[in-house]
Amino acid sequence: MEDLQIKDRWLEDDEDQYLKDNNDYQDPSSELMTINMGPQHPSTHGVLRLVVTLRGEEVVKCESVIGYLHTGIEKQGETKTYNQALTLTDRTDYLNPLINNLNYSLAVEQLLGITNKIPPRAQVARVLLSELQRISSHLVWLGTHAMDLGAQSAFLYGMRDREKILDIFEMISGVRLMTSFIMPGGLYADLPPGFKEKVQEFITYFKKIWPDYGKMLTKSELWFERTKGICSMTQEEALNWGVTGPVLRSTGIPYDVRKVFPYSGYETYDFEVPTGTNGDVYDRFMVRMLEVNQSIRIVEQALEKLPDGEWQVNDLKIVPPKKYQIAVTMESLIHHFKLYTEGYKPVTGEVYSRVESARGELACYMVSNGTNKPYRMHLRGPSLANLQTLGPTLEGRAMFADIVAAIGSIDIILGEVDR
Amino acid sequence: MTQTSGDTLNPEEMPAPAPTPSLIEEARFPNVRPSPMRSADGTPTFIVPAAEIVEVAQYLKESGFTLFEDVTAVDWLPKEPRFQVVYHFLNLTARQPIRLKVELPGDKPSVPSITGVFRGANWFEREVFDLFGIVFENHPDLRRIQMPDDWEGHPLRKDYPITGPRRPNLPSNEFRPEGRSGPTLPPAQ
Repeated sequence: MEDLQIKDRWLEDDEDQYLKDNNDYQDPSSELMTINMGPQHPSTHGVLRLVVTLRGEEVVKCESVIGYLHTGIEKQGETKTYNQALTLTDRTDYLNPLINNLNYSLAVEQLLGITNKIPPRAQVARVLLSELQRISSHLVWLGTHAMDLGAQSAFLYGMRDREKILDIFEMISGVRLMTSFIMPGGLYADLPPGFKEKVQEFITYFKKIWPDYGKMLTKSELWFERTKGICSMTQEEALNWGVTGPVLRSTGIPYDVRKVFPYSGYETYDFEVPTGTNGDVYDRFMVRMLEVNQSIRIVEQALEKLPDGEWQVNDLKIVPPKKYQIAVTMESLIHHFKLYTEGYKPVTGEVYSRVESARGELACYMVSNGTNKPYRMHLRGPSLANLQTLGPTLEGRAMFADIVAAIGSIDIILGEVDR
Repeated sequence: MTQTSGDTLNPEEMPAPAPTPSLIEEARFPNVRPSPMRSADGTPTFIVPAAEIVEVAQYLKESGFTLFEDVTAVDWLPKEPRFQVVYHFLNLTARQPIRLKVELPGDKPSVPSITGVFRGANWFEREVFDLFGIVFENHPDLRRIQMPDDWEGHPLRKDYPITGPRRPNLPSNEFRPEGRSGPTLPPAQ
């Protein structure tokens, strides 16, 4: 018995000393209190850690600590050939892998100089799949954001409809999440028979049900109380911070890469860029809700104009030959072998390609030195720039419960922040 | 339609780079020169001396390049100057991107921080510091961001092995090279 007591006291002393040594020691008489949120916290959307200093319930300081999901994707990309490194991009932003694939493919195509040679079927399919991906990503955002604020039904509805989109992805590529379906030179495979009908069926269903999502939340006074005026931002601040995507558009700046630097034929589609005014949580919510309507419009237009024909560039140095060709021609066999053992070698140069992902401007800065591997592959994740603003927009003007609303409205994906 | 082997890898077929508009006044910044590297997307690229980067960034911000996009770096290991810090800014009204590069030596690379001009550069510069070991002077909070605080080395440098700092790359066709840590057979008696 005596031994046990001695041991207990020893542990206590040690803990106290540990806290003092690590500057975590809190003076009990101080008004300030430091709270650690995360890295395993249900409302931080991944492994984000926040160190929050509070005076009562008021946020005095909010520091984000990231890096818990750092996987060295940029370093790994330098050791793989151009076609192999494509599969790494799926793993960055795991809620919209197809848009990541598109971003990488556009960068490699610009390095190769084949941007104008992508067949129309591939171009339209890229737009169609990107918009479906955007809808699925926004459904997850809406579900988790609403659940953080106490509305659980939106999450269940969102996951139900996202599953239908993932079924489409499974149909085209065999994989639900990490598809790697869009590749440099076009698509990995042709769209299967029955694809058009399946997307048409989904869009008809989703168009009818989508307004209900908004009604579920905006009919409640609580939703306005929790979102209006929280975490607001001015236009100058947003530009200065490098914020893009719905967070930037909620301040009133209509910067959308699809309009400003159109890629994959986005200039031929008829759609609008919804904007807000205050840049607060409510405006971000509304911008994303309206964006989904525009995505539905784009998918409908793409379905109408989806042409038949080739889905890859006509160049065996970049895309593999068809299986039947390998059986009959020697050149195809050699090309197939060379492509998978050695890959292609773009001319020395650099490129910065941008696309509009569900979260903002996703960019790929790639440097080639004339070998078969990227010399430098940098992925500019929009979440990294957007997450930076979390602390400064909350400090001194928010309550503790608003942090959860703010995190959900930024829509961070830690796989992209840390890479 | 049968597939044939095209020759798109031929440099003659590359689209001609867009003529660089005079984005930076030559009279004001005589030391800023265009980059010799091929810019495949046509973005005008300039090489800026390290001492002038803050001034040039401020000038660009005032002349319309208000959106901060990206800061990253490239390691050209055997060459000297070894590092290039690469900045991207965007002019939204003119739809004009610009790329700036600062060349740094391999020994104690350091460059002034542009966080005073674009606050968004904060985490991007911390990431470059963390992964390349490039010091940003006057940065408000220069700490590691992706790697743990007590990490040794800078992973994105070209001389940093892909397998990690304590396990150098295995040479091919060799099971356990000499000098590699790990259990070894006791010497023969």
